[in-house]
Amino acid sequence: MQWEWSIDGWIVLAGVLSACSCALVGNFLVLRKLSLMGDAISHAVLPGLAIAFLISHSRAAGPMFIGAVIVGVLTAFLTQVITRHGKVEHGAAMGVVFSILFALGLVLIRQAADHVDLDPGCVLYGDILAVGLDAFEGTFPKTVVNLILVMAANLLFVGLFYKELRICAFDPDLATSRGIPANVMHYALMIMVAVTTVANFEAVGSILVIAMLIVPAVTAHLLTDRLGVMILLSLIAAAMSAIFGHIVAMFGPGWLGFDATVNTSAMMAVIAGVLLLLTVLLSPEHGVFGRAYHRLVLSTRIIAQDALGWLYRRSEAGQPVVALTELETVIGRTLRARFALRRLRQRGLVYASAGNDLRLTDKGRIEAERLVGSHRLWESYLAEHFALDTDHLHEPAHRMEHFITPELREDLQADVPDATTDPHGKPIPSTPRDDD
Amino acid sequence: MMQDRAGHRRDATLSVPIVILVGIAVVMLNSTDAVAQTRSITDNSITWPTWEKFWRALTLRDHTTRVVVIGTTLLGMAAGVIGTFAYLRKRAMLGDALSHATLPGIALAFLIIGEKQLGWLTVGAAVTGVVGVLAVMGLRRIPRVKEDAAIGIVLSVFFGVGMVLLSLIQELNTGKEAGLGSFIYGKAAAMLTSDAQTIGVLAGVVVLCCVLLFKEFRLVCFDQAYASAQGWPVALIDLLMMSLVVLTTVVGLQAVGLILVVALLIVPAAAARFWTDALLPMTLVAAAFGAISGWFGSTVSAFVSRMPTGAVIVLSAGVLFLISMIASPHRGVLATILRRWQLARRIADQHLLRAMAEFEESRGLATTVDESELWSMRSWTASGFSQVLARAARTGWIARNKHSVQLTETGRASARRVLTNHRLWELYLIRYADIAPSHVDRDADEIEHVLSEELVTELRQALKEKADVPPSPHNLGAGI
Repeated sequence: MQWEWSIDGWIVLAGVLSACSCALVGNFLVLRKLSLMGDAISHAVLPGLAIAFLISHSRAAGPMFIGAVIVGVLTAFLTQVITRHGKVEHGAAMGVVFSILFALGLVLIRQAADHVDLDPGCVLYGDILAVGLDAFEGTFPKTVVNLILVMAANLLFVGLFYKELRICAFDPDLATSRGIPANVMHYALMIMVAVTTVANFEAVGSILVIAMLIVPAVTAHLLTDRLGVMILLSLIAAAMSAIFGHIVAMFGPGWLGFDATVNTSAMMAVIAGVLLLLTVLLSPEHGVFGRAYHRLVLSTRIIAQDALGWLYRRSEAGQPVVALTELETVIGRTLRARFALRRLRQRGLVYASAGNDLRLTDKGRIEAERLVGSHRLWESYLAEHFALDTDHLHEPAHRMEHFITPELREDLQADVPDATTDPHGKPIPSTPRDDD
Repeated sequence: MMQDRAGHRRDATLSVPIVILVGIAVVMLNSTDAVAQTRSITDNSITWPTWEKFWRALTLRDHTTRVVVIGTTLLGMAAGVIGTFAYLRKRAMLGDALSHATLPGIALAFLIIGEKQLGWLTVGAAVTGVVGVLAVMGLRRIPRVKEDAAIGIVLSVFFGVGMVLLSLIQELNTGKEAGLGSFIYGKAAAMLTSDAQTIGVLAGVVVLCCVLLFKEFRLVCFDQAYASAQGWPVALIDLLMMSLVVLTTVVGLQAVGLILVVALLIVPAAAARFWTDALLPMTLVAAAFGAISGWFGSTVSAFVSRMPTGAVIVLSAGVLFLISMIASPHRGVLATILRRWQLARRIADQHLLRAMAEFEESRGLATTVDESELWSMRSWTASGFSQVLARAARTGWIARNKHSVQLTETGRASARRVLTNHRLWELYLIRYADIAPSHVDRDADEIEHVLSEELVTELRQALKEKADVPPSPHNLGAGI
């Protein structure tokens, strides 16, 4: 397969445009937990197309477009009616509406099928390669013009109503109380979704539309907390899916040894899924690896602090030097425990002699005092405010001590000002200054 | 006794995988003899059915028709039963993700085997279907990915993979791939006897499992937290439920196609929900609705040409849903409208009675009130006012003279009761809710119509109110 800029360039451009226009409105669908509305609308418009055809007796784009958009918005409306008046759960109501409309569409299309080649398949696959054919004949592809118009309309919509959309996405009740009609915004969004969906059908097929409405937005949401950044990232993800989608569709089968190309639109959807998967794995904050790393760091810190606290208590009990094997009975011999101990020695908190005897350094003692102090302060606080027996105080304090910040410690100190010993009678080490 | 119950529980849970395995084995066996025959029915028959054809379809004379009708009826029934649980477990749309996720499995199975063996294609569909469901569950555990987004992601990406593979198969052009696309839209007309048998067996499996696990499913559907606190293996029960949904979906693919199969799961269950609040009747009604849709859809498409079976089945289910939603006696739209209308009438009646009672209070018993005076008491419309007067006169509450009205004996009793309720509630609001006397009238206006006899007694006790009709806590206005 040969890459021809004059053809493939147009195909990629069409893909990018339609992916981006879907992703743009998709952000708000995902935030409003209406992701499946795109799915429902794109299935449900089938009878709209069929009825428009039966009425206008032509495959002219205008009537088909209007018919489909009307039925698309009707889907949203009927779903709301059934949810409200039938007390059917929203997801199920959507399923009822779109499947029945889709079935109606199939029947109508079969009735019209004698007169015209109106294949329900075209709704699913779309024919993005036709863009290339248009270009091949030396004209500016009409599909691309349409897609540019849709993209512009979506940009305009989001740009004009950015504030309203944002507030409705996060808190419809707040929106209503501020005088923004949440219901009107809901339907405005639904109209835009229907317009985008229908306009993109012919170009790329409904499966890509559904994927692009949801997947890039979710990808972006995993990476940022800010709506503006999220929209930007989703557009980037959408564009990347389109570009790489076409490349992989052209050359991917070749890499696997098949002499063929595969469906470009579908591959774009798959690439969007791959991007999401990568984000799920690698996102610094919410990713699988990121979260595993944070957990590892936290658990290592807790082991190290437990070791420090234990060494401190032993020296309090008159045994400042402890054998390594003895410590290991407390913190275990796992890889993590050994790593934690090495960190303690590297930071100069614990000194290990040649014979593997451990003792706290001065620096280590200060650190340990802070820790044990937090522990005992928390115990005093619990004893003061909760009706807990003395033998029930240690466990919660043991868990809490790792998370007591200097500020919290000051508050605790202020709350139990007279506590110099904890409820068990052990002295609370005085607060060390935090300027070391 | 606890032990006994636990033992029974284990037996029942264990029996399900066995039943499922047997079912799959039957599918595999059946599929082997289906391989040899080509399955293509071209649908260019006569445009309109003759009476004879209609009769033959209805009485199941034709072998093909009989096969298809029996198959789809059983399928509809099984989907109705398991769909009920999926619906109550709020897993309805998960079925959509599941059915779309079967496509890559079908395509992969075809790529590996190289020909259309229904049995293996079904197995492939089931495998990727399950992978899809697991993917939804996995995605939901990630912070910020909501249930609906997870379903949408799996649905579109898996379907995309399936389309990619299908287009690859098409390009490879082995000549054996014709009809793979029929899984998307379904082609019940191409059903063979063995298929109907398979569907029959699997439908039986699904129904049997649901009967065996009825108690477990009910517990998980209605109170998952309680079930797990009681030590039931909720995850396992959930898994079994989803396996049955997968089984039904995979079987339904061929008949109605993967886009519409979710409708068989959702629509009959949602329709049945309108008729009853109890699980067993709901399951039975859903099964009946599913079976009726399956039977009707396949029969119609058998004698009317150019009627895609799957779509007609779903449309029949849709009609049943619509009827249920409109006409069901308790939750239906008509019933709700009727109740609201009756309430509105009762409120209007009580407004009239209270106004009359207040007039009597200030002017003495059996006073006659001018209609115009009465009208000015409330914001009645002219027609509403005359209706309410006519109704009250018919009931015997008031006696009408030319332009004035007077309470009758029965009317007075009712009127005083209404007034009492209103006053008691006003006093209650003033004493317990700290509402200013000038503001209580309107609030009491809303609640007085729905106060029950017991509540009125309690109010009287709480307020230590002894007077038959308590005096008004606020100025009644110049009119009286």
